[in-house]
Amino acid sequence: MTTLTPTPRIKKHVDPPDSPHSVGWTESKTICLFTDHNPFELELGGKISPVHVEYETYGKLSLNQDNVVLITHALSGDAHAAGWDKNAEDTGRNWRTRKPGWWDAVIGPGKAIDTNKYYVVCMNFLGSCYGTTGPSSIDPKTNKPYGLNFPMVTVGDWVRLQAKFLDALHIDSVHTVVGGSLGGQQVIEWAMAYPDRVENCIVLAATPRLSAQGLAFNAVGRNCIMNDPHFNNGDYYDGPPLSAGLAAARMLAHITYLSDDSMHKKFGRRLHEREEKERGFGIEFEVESYLDYQGRAFVARFDANSYLYITRAMDYYDAAARWGNGDLLKACQRIQSNLMIVSFESDWLYPPNECKDFAFALTKIGKTVTYVNIPSKFGHDAFLVETEQVGKLLKSVLK
Amino acid sequence: MNNNKRNWQDEIIENEIPEGVSVLDLGCGNGDLLERLIRDKDIKAQGVELDTEAVFSCVERDVPVFQTNLDEGLRGFSDQSFDYVILEETLQTLHRPIEVLKEMLRVGKCGIVSFPNFGYWRVRFNLFSKGRMPVTDWLPYQWHNSPNIHLFTLQDFKNWANEAGVHIIKGYAFAGQKVKSLSPKDNLFAEEALLVVQKQK
Repeated sequence: MTTLTPTPRIKKHVDPPDSPHSVGWTESKTICLFTDHNPFELELGGKISPVHVEYETYGKLSLNQDNVVLITHALSGDAHAAGWDKNAEDTGRNWRTRKPGWWDAVIGPGKAIDTNKYYVVCMNFLGSCYGTTGPSSIDPKTNKPYGLNFPMVTVGDWVRLQAKFLDALHIDSVHTVVGGSLGGQQVIEWAMAYPDRVENCIVLAATPRLSAQGLAFNAVGRNCIMNDPHFNNGDYYDGPPLSAGLAAARMLAHITYLSDDSMHKKFGRRLHEREEKERGFGIEFEVESYLDYQGRAFVARFDANSYLYITRAMDYYDAAARWGNGDLLKACQRIQSNLMIVSFESDWLYPPNECKDFAFALTKIGKTVTYVNIPSKFGHDAFLVETEQVGKLLKSVLK
Repeated sequence: MNNNKRNWQDEIIENEIPEGVSVLDLGCGNGDLLERLIRDKDIKAQGVELDTEAVFSCVERDVPVFQTNLDEGLRGFSDQSFDYVILEETLQTLHRPIEVLKEMLRVGKCGIVSFPNFGYWRVRFNLFSKGRMPVTDWLPYQWHNSPNIHLFTLQDFKNWANEAGVHIIKGYAFAGQKVKSLSPKDNLFAEEALLVVQKQK
C-alpha cells in the first residue's frame, strides 16, 4: 500500500522520565507461578504449565499492606501501566521508547493514583503476548510456540491468576481494583470472586457481559485474522509475518473505540496529503490514514493468536452466569466492596445504559453504589482519554 | 439554590431521621445532607442526582451517588427498600412529578418532600397586582429560565395526597422568617413547605 506516515495525533501531555510526576524508568519482572509439578488448572478444564506472569509495581508496599492498588489492563494492554520502560530496546518493544505506560496520565507521584501513597501492581494476563505465558510462548511438549494449541482462557482464569500472584507476595487484601473495558470486566470478576479481599472496585466502561453488538465486532476481527493468507491455522511464527488480517482487525476495533462525533472532530472528511482529483483506492482520507497507521502499529506489537484468545475470553465472560446461575442480582449479592461504575456518554462498545443497568442490579438488591456517566465525545476510548474526570473520581477513592 | 432555604429543611430532616436507618435522597445535589447524616446518624445512604458536577461533589464526599434522571423513575430500586426517601426542593422541577411521588412511596416506607408554595400571599399579590409571574428572593427566576416547571400550591399538594391515599404525618412551614409546624392557614402564609408523608395502609 502507501508509505507509513503517522497521522498527526492530538498532542497529549506526557511526563518525561525525569519529571517529578513520573514513576521514572521501569523494569518489568517475571514470576513463575505454576510449574509442571503444580500446573494452573483452567476454568474450562485442562491444565497449563509453566505459567510465567510479567508484572510491574510502582510505589512502596506499606507495613500493614493496606495500600495495594491493582490495575487490570484491557485487550491490547500490558503490565507497563506507567513510566518509561528501561529495557524497551533490549526486549524488542521499541514502541515503548516513544511513550510512557498506557495509564501514565493517572499513575505517578502526586497523580490520581498517587505512587507516594499507594503500591500499584499491574500484571499482564494469561494468553497475552507481553511476557505472561500465551500462544506465542514455547509449549514444553513440542518445543514450538503453542499457537492454537494454547488452551482457552477466561476472565475468571486471569483474576484467579492475579489473586495467586498476590498470594505469592503474601498480600491478603487489596485497597482498590480498577480497570477499564476488558480490564473493567476483571474488576467485576474480582468483586464477585474475592468479595472479602477487595475494599473498593472501580469499573470503567465495562459491563458484566458483552452485548450482541460487541460479540459481532469481535467476530469480524477474528475473521480478518483467520482469513489472512499466512495464518496457517495459527502456526505462523516461522513463516511470513501475519500482517493484513491483524491490521484489519485492529482497524475495525479502533472504529469501535471512537465515536461518530470524535471521528468527525479529529478527521472530518479531510483528505490525506492529496488533491481530490487524484482519486483512487489508496489512503485518501485522513481517517483512512489514521486507521492504516493504527493497524500497522498494532501488527508491530501484537500477536494475532493472542488477539483470538483474548477476544474469546471477552465474548464468553458473563458475570451473571458465573456467579448467579444467569441471575445478575444473585451474582451481585456476592459483592461486598464499595463499587463505583463509570460509563461514558458516547461509548457504543459498553454503552452507558448497560453500565447503568449493572449499577441498578446493585440498588435492586439493596446495596449502595456509585454510578457516574461522564459526558464525553471520545467514545469507548474516553476511559483513557478523559484523564481529568476519571482522575478526579480515582482520587476521591484513593484519598 | 438559596442556602437559607435548604438549611432550614436540612435541619428538620436531620432531626426527623433516626439513627441507623436507610435514606435515599432524590436530587441530592452535592451530597452535603447525606454526608452529615452518614457522619451523625450512621445511616445507609444513597443519593440520586443528574447534574455531573454535583455527582462529582458527592463522590468527593464519599457519598454513594447514582447519576440518573428522576423523570425516568426509580426502576432500579425495589419496593419499600428504604426507610426514608427525600425529595427536597425538587418536585416542582420534574417533568412527571406525580410519577416520581408515587415511585418515592413505592421505594420508601416514608417520604420527606419539600417545595415552594405558590399559594404564598406575596406570590399571589405579585401576580394579582402586577399581572406578572412573581420574582422574589425565594423564586429568583424569570418565567423562561426557571427550573420550576410545575407550579403548585400547598393546597394542591394536599388535595393530591387526599386523592392518592397519601397520609401527611407531619408538616413544617417556613413563614415569616420562622420555621413552624404546619397550620391550616399556611397555604397563604407559608413560603416553603416540608411534609413527611406515608402511603395509607
